[in-house]
Amino acid sequence: MALKDITLGQYFPGDSPVHRLDPRTKLLITILYIVALFLAKGPAAYLVLIAVLGAYIAVSRVRLKALFKGLRPILILIIFTALLNLFYTSGQVLWQWGFLKITVEGLWSALFMVLRIVLLICCTFLLTYTTSPIMLTDGLENLLGPLKKLKLPIHELAMMMSIALRFIPTLIEETDKIMSAQRARGADFDTGNLVQRAKALIPILIPLFISAFRRADELAVSMECRCYHGGEGRTHLRQLRYRAADWMFLCMGLVLCVGVWLLRRLAL
Amino acid sequence: MDPILQTEKLCHTYSSGTPFQHDALVDVDFAAYPGEYLGIIGRTGSGKSTLIQHLNGLLKPTSGRVLLNGQDIWSDKAFTRSARFQVGLVFQFPEYQLFAETVYKDIAFGPKNMGLDEGEIDRRVRRAAGFVGLDEALLDKSPFELSGGQKRRAAIAGVIAMEPRVLVLDEPTAGLDPSGSEEILSNIRAYQQEQQATIILVSHSMEEVAQNVDRLVVICDGRLRYSGTPREVFSHGPELEAMGLGVPQMTRVFHRLRGLGLPVDSSVYTVEQARDAVLAALAGKEGR
Repeated sequence: MALKDITLGQYFPGDSPVHRLDPRTKLLITILYIVALFLAKGPAAYLVLIAVLGAYIAVSRVRLKALFKGLRPILILIIFTALLNLFYTSGQVLWQWGFLKITVEGLWSALFMVLRIVLLICCTFLLTYTTSPIMLTDGLENLLGPLKKLKLPIHELAMMMSIALRFIPTLIEETDKIMSAQRARGADFDTGNLVQRAKALIPILIPLFISAFRRADELAVSMECRCYHGGEGRTHLRQLRYRAADWMFLCMGLVLCVGVWLLRRLAL
Repeated sequence: MDPILQTEKLCHTYSSGTPFQHDALVDVDFAAYPGEYLGIIGRTGSGKSTLIQHLNGLLKPTSGRVLLNGQDIWSDKAFTRSARFQVGLVFQFPEYQLFAETVYKDIAFGPKNMGLDEGEIDRRVRRAAGFVGLDEALLDKSPFELSGGQKRRAAIAGVIAMEPRVLVLDEPTAGLDPSGSEEILSNIRAYQQEQQATIILVSHSMEEVAQNVDRLVVICDGRLRYSGTPREVFSHGPELEAMGLGVPQMTRVFHRLRGLGLPVDSSVYTVEQARDAVLAALAGKEGR
């Protein structure tokens, strides 16, 4: 797998209704969706959740291929979860071979767990795919704003997060470059046993750390040159404002949560 | 003469299938001949870095072939690996890849990966350090204690120590002062002459390329536009300027002189050639 394929925290610029939503709205509906996901019980609720996510993807015009690419790194986790649930749930036995047995309940719980993980990952990826890191941290800082009254360093947290997000692609690119340079000198990262492979990482990690520290230093100096002194009295270039569409999406998120909860109560 | 390194209809597309899809190289037919000093020029983002990463098999072509001594470097795994050693690639700002405790160990990294014995490694490390003008006393120091120019030399030595048949350098003088640049370029020349090696120098500086290479290829928007001696390539002055490259200052001065009606040879590109051209023009005047 090429490092460039890692899509964690990546933003795909676009101009869909979802891209235009207020970042706070997107954060909140993502949270609402996750809550609904954990309230969900039974096929009906999952069908509703899949349909809602499908509609959201369609509206956001994110390509399915890009979304599934993000799932690839956790494929092992998904398979592992499915197998554990499949073989270790007691109930009505469908098939048995030695100590391995598959139950009806096991099949259902494996299916639901896999769906839960896939939907969870997809909905959080949709958030970062459709929201630029700057907007995301602006939204987060604003949402957590009330906690400033408790003397929590919200602005600093948001700044740290935005710097971290900003530097993920840079560091990936840097890693790629260093790996290429060491490969050009015959370094081999793909063969050998665990110890050999771990050792092969040294020529990558040392230059990477050095360059990360150098970048941090340069960033600190350049921030100070522009008189950065923390959040006190700082204003924003983009003022966040809820629009009609935001209220609409928020209402739909709430309806989804309540609906899934009702389905659970009615035991459908 | 058969080319030592060649590409056939080489294409490379980045991030295929995403909104960031980008054709970095389109149908590039490129060849380097044994023992020549070849320059590749192009603007930032023209595809020259992508091209050179194909030459030693770091990138796999989207389509097309890369041939080393007539054999496709992707034809089998062992050959791809040996291509890495036969075609030495020095990246831009190579000092950022230094990692070992001592300069010696860092330079020895490549030869060690080749599976050479200790004696041979030692010989190559000292030889490579000699080529780039690094003092023996520096070999036991940490690479991070060196000055910027020395780090650059140590990193270049790390590639030279593999004694590649073809040495590819991506902007080896970027960010160095003029005397540092001059020294590195003359070190590279020395390596070429002693090893009968092929040198491929990537640059965007016309002056630097003009003074060093025997032959020149120009890349623009992922396509190979011109190929020939510097004199031939620089005769396309207006087209080069349109690509954002321009011609060496000397060539520009002599084009202007000609434009003013002076009978000078306008295909010059170095100071020495300019002096000869001026003397020739003066001699012609006296003769009349």
